[in-house]
Amino acid sequence: MAHDASHAAPRPLGGPLVTPVTVVLAALALGALGVLVVRFTQGLGAVTNLNDGYPWGIWIAYDVVVGSAFACGGYAMALLAYIFNRGEYHPLVRPALLASLFGYTLAGVSVIFDLGRWWNFWHIFWPSFAQVNSVMFEVALCIAAYIVVMWIEFAPAFMDKIGLGDLKRKLSKVLFVFIALGVLLPTMHQSSLGSLLVVFGYQVHPLWQAGWLLPLQYLMTAITLGFAVVIFEATLSAVGFKRPLETPVLARVCGIMHKLLLAYLVVRVADLLLRGALGTAFAATAQAFWFWVEMACFVVPALLLGPAASRMQPARLFLGAVLLMAGGMLLRINGFLVGYMTGEGWHYFPSLPELLVTVGLIAFEILAYIVIVRRFPVLPAEQPGAR
Amino acid sequence: MTMDRRSFFKAAGAAVAAGSAACPAAARGNKELSPDAVGLLFDSTLCVGCKACVAACKEANGMPVEVSTADALWDTPLDISGKTLNVIKVYKNGTPEVKDREENGYAFSKKSCLHCVDPSCVSACPVKAMKKDEKTGVVSYNKDACIGCRYCVAACPFGVPRFTYDSATPVISKCQLCQHRWPEGKYAACAEVCPTGATLFGKVSDIKAEIARRKALKPGTPTQFPRGRLGGPDQSYEAPVAKYVDHVYGEKEVGGTQMMMLAGVSFEKLGYPALPQTSFASQSETLQHTLYGGLVLPVAFLGALTWVAKRNVKPEDGEQGDSHGA
Repeated sequence: MAHDASHAAPRPLGGPLVTPVTVVLAALALGALGVLVVRFTQGLGAVTNLNDGYPWGIWIAYDVVVGSAFACGGYAMALLAYIFNRGEYHPLVRPALLASLFGYTLAGVSVIFDLGRWWNFWHIFWPSFAQVNSVMFEVALCIAAYIVVMWIEFAPAFMDKIGLGDLKRKLSKVLFVFIALGVLLPTMHQSSLGSLLVVFGYQVHPLWQAGWLLPLQYLMTAITLGFAVVIFEATLSAVGFKRPLETPVLARVCGIMHKLLLAYLVVRVADLLLRGALGTAFAATAQAFWFWVEMACFVVPALLLGPAASRMQPARLFLGAVLLMAGGMLLRINGFLVGYMTGEGWHYFPSLPELLVTVGLIAFEILAYIVIVRRFPVLPAEQPGAR
Repeated sequence: MTMDRRSFFKAAGAAVAAGSAACPAAARGNKELSPDAVGLLFDSTLCVGCKACVAACKEANGMPVEVSTADALWDTPLDISGKTLNVIKVYKNGTPEVKDREENGYAFSKKSCLHCVDPSCVSACPVKAMKKDEKTGVVSYNKDACIGCRYCVAACPFGVPRFTYDSATPVISKCQLCQHRWPEGKYAACAEVCPTGATLFGKVSDIKAEIARRKALKPGTPTQFPRGRLGGPDQSYEAPVAKYVDHVYGEKEVGGTQMMMLAGVSFEKLGYPALPQTSFASQSETLQHTLYGGLVLPVAFLGALTWVAKRNVKPEDGEQGDSHGA
């Protein structure tokens, strides 16, 4: 097919599926499954440290809020490649989309683990139950819709294999509609994940209760994180699958990410100053401590990746991406847990089984990614000297 | 390339402008109290801490006992929970000699749902499991609709809705003003059994009038204190009126609540937070409706995105890999 010759078409990597890495990942995933059996038969209290002061733990704050933000690679790359029409990023789109597909699907599925009355989950999609004033309603609907849209966007990668070539050709004619939806939906729910905190009011520490700026902050960091995750995953998969590093194109992604990061820092700091909240960052509290760790995770990459030359160094690029992921994670964990304070006497730290489920989910995600890229056309074929 | 980007911004800008024009700031403000709203009046200075209301609430709502002592002989809840909808708590300071005094004194407080005029839990609930009755204003819970997400638990500024974490079929628990007993001519069990009238049931308008009456009296003046239900059969008794702090809790907090409280010590000492007058629900919904009101902005944005994507996405983008016949 006469495709833009500047980038290679994706193809399956091949190679073994049973390796020490995949076996360990599978074992971790099975461990999570074991915990979940107890959770569904005995209730949330049997395996989690949740309580009425902290009704949400890491299954929401990490698995859903952070997990979906980490899955924004596909969103960020689609925005770049299709909306801003930067063709040179096309090879990065499909691997990013695959990671997003898994990240989001698992974030969506993991909501079920946390829902106390999970057998009623369909009420969210049933018009007579719809409560349109609820931020949660909008988030749930948009995430669910985005998962479906991503599967459709990704479908061409496996349609040939399952004998749906005809459907694939039809789909490709209207794919732009799904790509547009694939940009709209994450824009909506990633910002709304921040809006979830608005109704908590004074229960969220002033360092994170940004009110009407919450959606903007969560959206900006979600896209920044999307780029960071693309750099992170591309670097890891190059090393893991022994492929050449894609440093030049990643450095360009990094340049865009860096601009967005600076814009975010301006919004974040200006908001703290305008609300007069910055003073609380100098108090001797755990919240102040974690605030500075979070800020460091944003500021260090801002400095580290400032000079264009440093973006060409794979190690720096990777470190910057990892720090940004940590920063984006902390912004969310801080807003939903560390800075969420419902009064004296309430404490929460995840239990071992809670952690096992979260770790198992991540393991399953990586495992599925490995299996898919080895068997389906996702990663661009190696082309020496291309581009 | 530059052209496309420029046209995207143009289209997006036009879309946003159209959207903003179509939904002028959807700020909704606090919700209004229904004229027929009912609620509770809790007068801390009248409470003797007998906890008859705690026991009566358990019985009326079929809630299990909750023990906190080593001998496990009595129902001794320390706080509201999945098993307890109403508790009486005590504030103590120094040598707790004198009732309703902050220093070297003590005072009682009641903890149960305040039935906000503009409740966060109702605004948060994605599936209408939390509802506020338009007429009576009772905030009620429907377990058959509930998905168990606990956004209501997290959102409530008073920490009221609780959850039964230890059950495989958990529910949210909260006071519903015993509305299941109303058809029998009964009312909130806590008010019904209160021997001193510290907890009264009644229309919010009557509660406000009663509060005004008590506050207008000089501390120490003998006056009639009703018991049970305002506007019900006369069960009043005479006692001197206490010295109240100049704050009616629930009058203005987060847009007002239908349980209102009088006390002799500050409400912060009694475990009630200082809260703004604007409801958190109105803040959240104003933001949400500004962005999503009538789906105007999302549809406009989608239109712009689709237009740009149609120009930029080539049919082959979906067919990468074909050429290699994978």
